[in-house]
Amino acid sequence: METSHGPVEPIVQIRDLTKIYRQGDIDVTALAGVSLDIAPGEFVVLMGPSGSGKSTLLHLLAGIDRATSGTVLVQGINIANLNESELAGWRNQNVGFVFQSFNLIPVLTAAENVELPLLLTALSRSERKAQVRTALELVGLGDRAHHRPDQLSGGQQQRVAIARAIATDPALLVADEPTGNLDAKSAADVLNLLQRLSREAGKTVIMVTHDPKAASYGTRSLHLEKGEVERDVRATSFTP
Amino acid sequence: MVLPLKYNIRNVWVRWRATTSTILGIALVVSVFVLLRALARGIEASSGNTGDARNVLIVRKGSMAESGSLVTLDQFRTIRYFEEIAQTPAGQPLISAELVMLVSVPRRTGAGEANTLLRGVTAQGQELRSQVTLIEGRWFRRGQREVTVSRKLAQRFSGFEIGGSFKAGPDRLTVVGHFDGAGSAFDSEAWMDADEARSIFDRGEMYSSLLVRPRDAAALVSFTNRIAQDKRLALRAESERGYYEKQTVTAAPFKILAGLLGAAMSVGAVFAAMNTMYASVASRTREIGTLRVLGYSRGSVVICFLLEGALLAALGGAVGCAVAVGITMTLAARGTMFGSLDFQSFAETVYQFRITPDLIVLGMVFAVAIGLFGSLFPALRAARLPVISALKSL
Ligand SMILES: Nc1ncnc2c1ncn2[C@@H]1O[C@H](COP(=O)(O)OP(=O)(O)O)[C@@H](O)[C@H]1O
Ligand SMILES: [Mg+2]
Repeated sequence: METSHGPVEPIVQIRDLTKIYRQGDIDVTALAGVSLDIAPGEFVVLMGPSGSGKSTLLHLLAGIDRATSGTVLVQGINIANLNESELAGWRNQNVGFVFQSFNLIPVLTAAENVELPLLLTALSRSERKAQVRTALELVGLGDRAHHRPDQLSGGQQQRVAIARAIATDPALLVADEPTGNLDAKSAADVLNLLQRLSREAGKTVIMVTHDPKAASYGTRSLHLEKGEVERDVRATSFTP
Repeated sequence: MVLPLKYNIRNVWVRWRATTSTILGIALVVSVFVLLRALARGIEASSGNTGDARNVLIVRKGSMAESGSLVTLDQFRTIRYFEEIAQTPAGQPLISAELVMLVSVPRRTGAGEANTLLRGVTAQGQELRSQVTLIEGRWFRRGQREVTVSRKLAQRFSGFEIGGSFKAGPDRLTVVGHFDGAGSAFDSEAWMDADEARSIFDRGEMYSSLLVRPRDAAALVSFTNRIAQDKRLALRAESERGYYEKQTVTAAPFKILAGLLGAAMSVGAVFAAMNTMYASVASRTREIGTLRVLGYSRGSVVICFLLEGALLAALGGAVGCAVAVGITMTLAARGTMFGSLDFQSFAETVYQFRITPDLIVLGMVFAVAIGLFGSLFPALRAARLPVISALKSL
C-alpha cells in the first residue's frame, strides 16, 4: 500500500524566495533565496536574530506581502498569481494569522471579533454563531464571548485572536511572536493551544519566536540568518 | 462583503469627543438650510394660495400692483352692470371696489413702526374671498371708523387687539374683530369700508382696484376680454390668482439665500467631516490592516468608511432637522411671524416657516451628501494602506 508511509505532499513549497526592500537608493535584502518545504501538520518554529527575515518570510507565505522573486505554493496554488481581491479571499479561507499585539477590534466583543472572518463566507447566521462558539470553547473562553478586548487579560485576548484565526478552519496558522507581549503563564497557555491545534486539529503552524523555551513546542525549528536558512532541525521526540 | 453596521456605530460612539463637534457642525448647516427653505415655502404658500380661481382683479392699465393703481368711481359704476358678473341671491352684482393704503403702525416689540396694508372693501368684499373668515369679534361697520384685522397681524402690531386702536391718517381706527386669511396674503391686511377710507384718506372718487366674480368660466373669459378691449376704460383684468402668483417673486431671494448659504456652509461641513474621518483612519491604521489580513477587500474598507461618514452626517442631519422643527414649532406656538418687506407696496407681509416631510427628507439627503463627500478621500486613503500596516504600526 502506498498510502501510509509514502512521501507526504508538502502543504507549503517555497523556492528561491527573495524579498528586497528598496529604501531610497539602498536595497535591503530581507530574504535571500530561501527554499523549503513544510508538511501538513508540522509545527515550525522560526528563530534567528532580529532583522534576519523571519517576519518577512511569514508575510510572504501568508499572502500579506509580495515577493521580489521566487515562488510560494500553498496547497499547490502559486499565490503570486492571485490578484488583490483573490488573495484577500484566499487568506480568509486558508490562513489564520496571530499577531504579537493581538490586533483585536476594540469596539467588538470577543464573539464579534471571532465572527469577522466568517462574515465573508457563505455561512448562515446560525452556522456562524455555532462556529464562533466552537472556536471560543476550543480556546477555553466560551464564558467570555460578550466581553470586549479591554475587559480581557493579554493572554485571554491572544486566545480570542487564535479563535478568530481558526474560525474559518484554515489549514495554515501563522503566528509572529504570539507570546512576545505575554507573561510566562499566559505564554505557556498560548503555546499549548497552538501545539494542540497542530497535533489534534492537524493545523500546520508556523510561528516566529525569540524564546528558546517556546521553540520546544514545535516539531521543527528553522534558524534564519541574514535572510537565509542557516539551520533546519526536526525534533526527534515528535511522533506524528 | 460589508462590515456590520454596529462596527461603525460603535466607532462613532467611542470617538464621541471627535465626532460630536462634526455632528453639531453638520446639524447647524442642515438646520439653517431647512429653516431658510421652510421660510421660502411659507412665502410661496401665502402668495401662491391667495385668491379665488373664479375671481378677476381689475387694475389700471400699466399698473403692476394694486397699490399703484387707480380706478374711478365712474368706472366702478359702469362695470358693475356688466351682465357677465354673477349676482348674490339678493340680486347684487358680486363686485367689490377696493382701496389699498399703507398705514404706519407701532410694532408690539417696541421696535419702531412698520407699514401695514389697510384695504378698503365695498359690500361684496368678504363674500368674494372664501379664504377670509371672521374668527373673533365682528366685521367693521361703515361710518364708525372701525377695522377688522388679520389675527396674524394683531400678533405683530400694538393696538391691533380687539378694542384697540391706531392712528390712520387724520383719524384713529378702532379694531372690532380678527379674521383668518388661511395662510393667504390677506393675513397681512387690515380691512375697513372702502368709501369711508376714501373720505378719511382724501382720495376723492378714486379706488385702487375692482374684484369681480363672473358667472362662470365662459363669462370670465368674455368679461376679461371686454375689459381689455374697452379703450375708454384703460383697465386691465386678470385672474385674481394669477395676480397674486406674480407677487411671489419675494420667495426667490430666500431660496437663493438658502442655496448660497447652504453651499458655503456645506463646504465647511465637508471639511470638518473630512478632518474627523482622516483622524479616524489614522488612528485605526492597524485595525484596517487587520481586517485586510482577515480577508476584507479594499472595496469593503472604502464602503466601511463611507458608511461611517454617512452615519455621522445622518446623526448631524437628524439633530439639525429636529432643531429646525423645534424652532418652527416654538415660533408657531408663540405666534411669532416672520415679517418681510414687500418691495412693491413697502408693506410688511407676514410669513410662517413651513416644514413639510419632504423638506426633512431634503435636509437628510443634504446631510448624507456632506458625509459621503467628507469621507470619500479618507476612505480611499484607508483602502490604499498596505496590508502589512497591521503588523508595523502600533
Ligand atoms: N517595509 C520595510 N522597508 C524596508 N526594510 C524593511 C521593511 N520590512 C523589513 N525590512 C528590513 O528587512 C529585514 C528583515 O526584516 P524582518 O523580516 O522584519 O526581520 P525579523 O522579523 O527577523 O526581525 C530587516 O533588515 C528590516 O529592516
Ligand atoms: Mg519580526
